[in-house]
Amino acid sequence: MSSSVSITLNQCSRTFAGGNTALQPLDLEVNAGETLVLLGPSGCGKTTTLRIISGLESPDNGGQVLFGERDVTALPIEKRDVGMVFQNYALFPNMSVADNIAYGLKIQRLPRGEITHRLDEVMRMVDLQGFGDRRIDALSGGQKQRVALARAIAVRPKVLLFDEPLAALDAKLRDRLRIEIGLLLRELGTTAVYVTHDQDEAMALGDRIAVMQAGRIAQLGTPQEIYHQPANAFVADFIGAVNCLEVISTRADGGLVVHGGELNAAHLQGASTVYCRPEDILVVPLDQADVSGKVVQSIFLGQTQRLLVDTGGATPLQIEAPSRQRWPEGTAIGLKLPSNVLFHPDTPATTINAKEMANG
Amino acid sequence: MKAVSKQPYGAASSLTHRVALASQPRRQNLIALCALLPALVVFCAFWLLPFSRLIVMGAEADRSSGISAYLTILTHRQYLISLVTTVGISLVVSITAVAIAGIAGFFLARQRFFGKAVLVAILTFPLAFPGVVVGFLVIMLGGRQGALAQASLWLFGERWMFAYSLAGLFIGYLYFSIPRVITTVMAACDNLDQSLEEAARSLGANTWQVTKDVIIPGIAPALLSTGAICFATSMGAFGTAFTLGTRLSILPLNIYGEFTNYANFAMAAALSVVLGVITWIALSIARRLAGGNLGASA
Repeated sequence: MSSSVSITLNQCSRTFAGGNTALQPLDLEVNAGETLVLLGPSGCGKTTTLRIISGLESPDNGGQVLFGERDVTALPIEKRDVGMVFQNYALFPNMSVADNIAYGLKIQRLPRGEITHRLDEVMRMVDLQGFGDRRIDALSGGQKQRVALARAIAVRPKVLLFDEPLAALDAKLRDRLRIEIGLLLRELGTTAVYVTHDQDEAMALGDRIAVMQAGRIAQLGTPQEIYHQPANAFVADFIGAVNCLEVISTRADGGLVVHGGELNAAHLQGASTVYCRPEDILVVPLDQADVSGKVVQSIFLGQTQRLLVDTGGATPLQIEAPSRQRWPEGTAIGLKLPSNVLFHPDTPATTINAKEMANG
Repeated sequence: MKAVSKQPYGAASSLTHRVALASQPRRQNLIALCALLPALVVFCAFWLLPFSRLIVMGAEADRSSGISAYLTILTHRQYLISLVTTVGISLVVSITAVAIAGIAGFFLARQRFFGKAVLVAILTFPLAFPGVVVGFLVIMLGGRQGALAQASLWLFGERWMFAYSLAGLFIGYLYFSIPRVITTVMAACDNLDQSLEEAARSLGANTWQVTKDVIIPGIAPALLSTGAICFATSMGAFGTAFTLGTRLSILPLNIYGEFTNYANFAMAAALSVVLGVITWIALSIARRLAGGNLGASA
């Protein structure tokens, strides 16, 4: 629709009154037309980053925000040409649906015909035809967020910013709206920054994901990179479920001795811990198993089931198994952990911190 | 704020009450009636009986004109002027108070600065004064020996006074209206959703447009209801007017005068009813407007 623009943050930090640092000096590049998701637990600095991009907050001295080649650091939000979607919708209660959507167009003093044309266009895009005269309080949560979305895209902003837009909706609606937002962003081709704490949302929408932790970017990469090659234990733990196996000793032939068996992982020599995802572990006959243990609990999830297997380690292993098979509690079970699914983040020392962060 | 918040809750609870009544046995109605009985007795004894007596008394012949006191109010210049003056000054005071204190309240709600709590305490202090004291304060300011008179005497050789006129009354009423508006507006501003302003700004709205399109509609219910309360208070304020001078022709003083000086009970009753009805209408209109707006923002 509009020619898209890249976003560059140079050394943007944010310290609040009282010395509380919300954001460590941050460098970030969002490519033109790309959707970047800022993902992390609450208090990780993702919303602060978004607000610095929007112009609602200023970075500390020395920080710089660029839209394309243009330095917008000193510009307030109303001059930045951004569209913003909020978690609580932030619709004007005293205006109708159409007046809400057309608000930015009226501020721009567009001719009446153009306003009507754009109104029709965006209402069609978010599937709200015929809702123009409705009052805001007569809408459901999903409809409200569509109105907010339409209002943000109606002004054809250079940059679209989303602040946890689906967090207030129920699961089913969230899934549907997530798909629609994804399609819309693809269609518009507008550069977008999307803040969420929901990893599914991040995976589905992000061309790239920046996982944030304690005011820093822990990892920046495609959803595949983030999931399969997490840069550290925090990322591994925050995105999806992960098993952490303690390496007791290393054999001369390269085998890693862990609780309940031995792993063959030549590429992980010297590691003190080894990680793998529950869905990558295979259930095999006991005589072919790398690791064996006893089923502690099985949690039926519908399409799969989650088995908790005690192999003698501190925490039971989580395994994703086919849902039709039955493993009563106490059953001895053999597990295969192929070497290509085992990984080892660079900084295993942060494991405990990361767990605490994720839980708190 | 009270007037604003009451409306929707009241409406909702009476609705559920009605639904419940329809589906429950008659015995429960009887119990409910018994429970309400004390309240009904109090209502009849202290409100319904004296008030109906007042209404009837107002219809009796006025001592001077010989016709019904209600008619006398409408046909005699003296009473009409008093009525118009009272309504007029109350309106002007309410609007002025809402304008001044609305801005001040918004500023106080949004800004943080050293000594803010003390400033708010000082600004709302007049709420603690009875009308007599407010009248006294106005005299200290604009009376014969007042600050203004002293200053003008020294500067220009003549005493400037305003305390014993409508201007003095206006200042006095404004004095006790402003704190009410400030506290209400501050509370309303605290409840404003900041993201609405952020959304408007993201769409390009400047400060003035945000104020006009978001902030004022957002606090309009509070402004209306607090304005109506100022109006009602000013309509009935007696102490201040009495202190400033009995020559002022406004309704509360007229009622007092007819009652004590002329023993003209019919006229006193009629004026009381008129005063009550006007105030009640103002309050209910404001409550309805505020309630409607509140429903939209919920």
